[in-house]
Order: sequence, then C-alpha cells, then structure tokens
Amino acid sequence: MELWQNIPFFSILLSLASASFTSIMPARAARRTAIVVTSAVLCMSAALIGFTTAYGGSYTFMMGHFPAPWGNEIRAGVLEAVTAFAFSLIMLISLLGGLTKIEEHVEEGKQNLYFIMCELLLTALLAQVYTNDLFTAYVFVEIMTIAACSLITSRIKGRTLFAATRYMIMNLLGSGLFLLGLTLLYDLTGHLLMEDIREQVRMLAQTGLYHQPLTVVIALMCIGLAIKSALFPFHTWLPDAYGYSTPASSAMLSSLVSKGYIFLLIKIIYRVIGLDVIRDSGIDNVLLIFALVGIVMGSVSAIRERDIRRMVSYSSVAQIGYIFMGIGLGTEAGLVAALFHIIAHAAAKSMLFLSTSGLCEVSGERRLFRDLRGSAYRNPIAGIAFVVGAFSMVGIPFMGGFMSKLCFASAAMETGGARMLLVLLVLAISTALNTLYFLRTVITIYRPTIREYPEAASFRPHASFVVAMVAAIAVNVALGVCSQPVLNAIAAGLTCFG
Amino acid sequence: MFANLLTNYEEAAAIILFGIGFTTLLLQRNMIKKIIGFSMMDSAIYLFLAAKGYIEGRGAPIVVNGVQSVEAYINPIPSGLVLTGIVVSVSVSALMLALTVRLYRRYHSLDIDEIATMVRKEEP
Repeated sequence: MELWQNIPFFSILLSLASASFTSIMPARAARRTAIVVTSAVLCMSAALIGFTTAYGGSYTFMMGHFPAPWGNEIRAGVLEAVTAFAFSLIMLISLLGGLTKIEEHVEEGKQNLYFIMCELLLTALLAQVYTNDLFTAYVFVEIMTIAACSLITSRIKGRTLFAATRYMIMNLLGSGLFLLGLTLLYDLTGHLLMEDIREQVRMLAQTGLYHQPLTVVIALMCIGLAIKSALFPFHTWLPDAYGYSTPASSAMLSSLVSKGYIFLLIKIIYRVIGLDVIRDSGIDNVLLIFALVGIVMGSVSAIRERDIRRMVSYSSVAQIGYIFMGIGLGTEAGLVAALFHIIAHAAAKSMLFLSTSGLCEVSGERRLFRDLRGSAYRNPIAGIAFVVGAFSMVGIPFMGGFMSKLCFASAAMETGGARMLLVLLVLAISTALNTLYFLRTVITIYRPTIREYPEAASFRPHASFVVAMVAAIAVNVALGVCSQPVLNAIAAGLTCFG
Repeated sequence: MFANLLTNYEEAAAIILFGIGFTTLLLQRNMIKKIIGFSMMDSAIYLFLAAKGYIEGRGAPIVVNGVQSVEAYINPIPSGLVLTGIVVSVSVSALMLALTVRLYRRYHSLDIDEIATMVRKEEP
C-alpha cells in the first residue's frame, strides 16, 4: 500500500482529533485550529484528487485488523476525492465569511464549542463520503445531525431554539426510518459492507426472491434520507433553521449538511442497491415527482417571502428538488448532473447566505426587502457576491448553476418520453420563477435610497469576509467556466464507483 | 400470513412498537412524550436486531471454558450494532432533553404548538 492511500483516514482522524483538543482551547486558538484543520483537509483532498486520477480507479482501505467480510472499510476514488475537496473548500469559505458574526452571536466563553461542532461536522461529512460500511454511515449521519443542531442553537434566541427542536424531530424521524431500512437490508443480505450487499442484492433481484422486502428497504432508506435533506414535502423545518442561525451556520447547513445526506443516498442507490434495481422498484419515479413539485413549490414560497434570509432558505428547497430530480431520472447522466449540482449549489448557496448577512449588517440588521434598498452600495463586496450567487441560481451562462441546468436538461433528453417533457417543463418554469425572485432582490439592493443608515457610514467589511467572498465568487465562476474537468472527474469517478 | 407473523412474533412486535414510537414522535404535542416516542422507536429497532441475531439454543458470543466452536454462539454482529445504536440514541435523547429544558425555561410550556405561537409572537 502506498502512503497516499492513507489520506482519507488521516483527514477523518485529523478533524476528529482536533475536535477533541479544541474543547480545552480558548476561543482564539480554537478558531485558528478550525481554520488550519479545514485547510489541511482541503490540501489533502486536493492531493488525493491528483493521486486517484493517476491511479485510475478506486481502492479500499482496511480499518482495524479484520479483513473484508467482517471488518470496517474506507473506500476512495476520484468522486470521493472531488466531493471531499468541494466540501472542505466550502466549509473554509463559510467559516471565514461568518467569523465576525460568530464572535457577535455566540456567547462569550462558549465560542470554542462552536468550532468543535464545525470540526465534528467536517469529520461526519468526510466519513460519510469515504465509508464503505453502511452502519458506520448511519453513526456518522447521527453525529452530523447532532453537530448541525448545535450549530443552529449556537445563536441563542427563541426562534433558533424552536427551529432546532423542529429540526431534531424531523431528523430523528428520518434517521429512524433509515435505521430500520438498514436493519432490514442487513437481514436480507447478511452484510454491512457495500460491495457485499450489492452482490447479494443482485442475486436477490435475479431470483426474484424477497422482492417486497427489498422494495420496502429502498423506500425506507430513500424517504429517511429525503426527510433529512429537506426534500419537499419534508422541508417545513428548513426556513426557520436556516433563516435565524448565525450566517456561518446557515451557510454550512444549507451547503454541507443536506448535501452530505444526498451524497450518501446516491452512494446507496448506486453502490449498494444498484440503479437497475431502483428502476425496477419504481422508487425513482416517486422521488422524481416529489422533486418536481418541490422545485415549483419552493420557488413559489420564495416569491411570497418578504424576508431575504428566509427567501434564500426557500430557494434551497427548490435546489434540493433539482438534485433529487437528477436522482429520480434513474440514469447515470442524471446522477452526474445531481452530483455536479451538489457542488454548484453548495458553492452558490453558502455565498448567498454570507453575502445576505453582509447586506443586512449595513441595514441595521433588518432583513425585510424594503429596509435593504441600496445596501449593495453600502457593502459593495457583499452586493457583488449576492449578484454572482443569484446569477448562478437563476442559471446565467458562465456560472455553475447554468452548467448544472444544462446537464439536467441533457440527462432528461436521454430518457425521453413523459419524463423528459415533465422535467424540461419544470426546468423552464423554475428558471422563470427563480429569475422573478432573485432579480427582484438584486434590483432592490441596487436601488438608491434616501434613507440614512448611520451604521453604514463607518462600515468597513472585515478582511476575512472580503477574502471569503472573493474566494466564493472565484469558485462559482470557475465552476461555470471550467465545468468540463469537474464533470469529467465526476463521470470517471462514478464509473469506478459501482 | 398469520402463521408467519406468529413464528416471527418478535420481529412483528418490533415493527408494531416502531410504528407506535414513530407516530408518537411525529404527532404528540408534548415534548417529553415525543422523546419517549423516539426512545421506543429506537428500542424497537434494537429488539428487531437482537431477535434476528439470536439462534435457538446457543449462548452469548463470549468465549467461556475455551469453547471456540462457531456452533456454540449466536451471531455477534447484531449485538454489536445494538450496542453502537444505544450509544447513538442515548446521546440524541440527551440533546433533545437539553433542548426541551431550554425551551421550558424560556416559554414555561412543553407543548410544541403553544411554543410555536409564542415564538412567532415574540419575534415576528
């Protein structure tokens, strides 16, 4: 075994160990540790992309001293490396961009706890991306839920407490269903490692044995993870949870937490159950219908919103719908589009949440549209970032969002029939709706106002915020302009994924 | 159909308990009852796992008196999963209880709907 093959293990271990050490650190050291660890994971993932591309495939890594059918395994390939890289990059941007707000919103003396939760979140994300064992995935799903709940409540307000409670209730329902599905699958196949389950499932599908239990398993796992990632109609907890927590938390929750669950779902669909079995069970159609309704309903709710943070949150519901639409198409092209949109949406949404907080800051912390007029002049960098994010969400060319919409459309063209028509129709409608509410916001923040904002006169954005915004803009434009290498890497990764 | 239910009565009971726990967590308005529902839901899954791992007439998978034959012990993996699962659900219950305490101190109520109206009134 080569040394570089340890990278996934090292990055999980590093973030987990730093989470434990952060508990005894003062706030400033904790902050530095979190940023250094995230950057280290970022560099390691970048190196892993290089190594796995050169290696040309994926490999499994034995954890502990027990070989395959009994022990625990990590598995890494190009796709895992790209996802880990994107997640840690967005985590770093969110942390940097929300740093000043964390100081303001989190109670004095408890700030190091916030960074523990960030590091735990990173650990859970990496573990879900790399693990080859379903039960380990479940354990890290729960760790991620706990970390996400703490991130919501880190800013203590009535709204966040209530939002966190609702978040936990919905998430526990979701993980209960997922755990039940996992248990049944273990009973049916007798394995917990993904390749072994896949083999058994293939056999079951060929012989037609246990057809109903298998369908139940697929349904339970899909619905469980769909609840956790806020697919319509399970999204009711989302606007409060994203809308009132500290901006760094909102950015991480919307762009990382829900995406981690979706990545796990794609892994289960592609690696554990198999696309053909999913198609036979008909669950992909159910996901597709929920996704299509979610895209439209999320956008409609966003249009009705008068609060900018809640509007951006509702737009997440629509975007999660896009990702599930890719999964629901039931083809490899659909999955590639969904995986690309996971990255594109994560990059755009974290930037939108951070820039929104910058815009509200220069408007006396008010968040209604009428108070935000001209805020882009008072905080120019946040204004530019918001415009770039909005363009990406609408799908203007040279932005990440445009490429993912193009991929969804071409994936739909391949399937043909009623599905193609439905998907294309919903894509067109949702683009129009997205334009409606995002361009309205862009016009509002650039509309001159005569109102005086005393706090804006002496306002200087913090250096970390500017760096984060510039980096986020660069990432978004890069995803749009050089999308082909990313798409190729995802497609290549998906081939050696199964 | 019913014969199968009777022979697998542990699994059947586990699924019924899971359903009760799930609906309690979803529909009850009282936070404490919700948490009880959550515990029931998870315990039901552990019952299911333990029932599946048990093999009639065999002992717990702990080597005693040097007997190493596979025939002597039940499947140890489900027991291991149950232990891990219990750790997870204990920590989640603790977190839920902590949230409930926070909410109760602030709103003097355990009813989630009542709290919802108070939250909206407090911060529109």
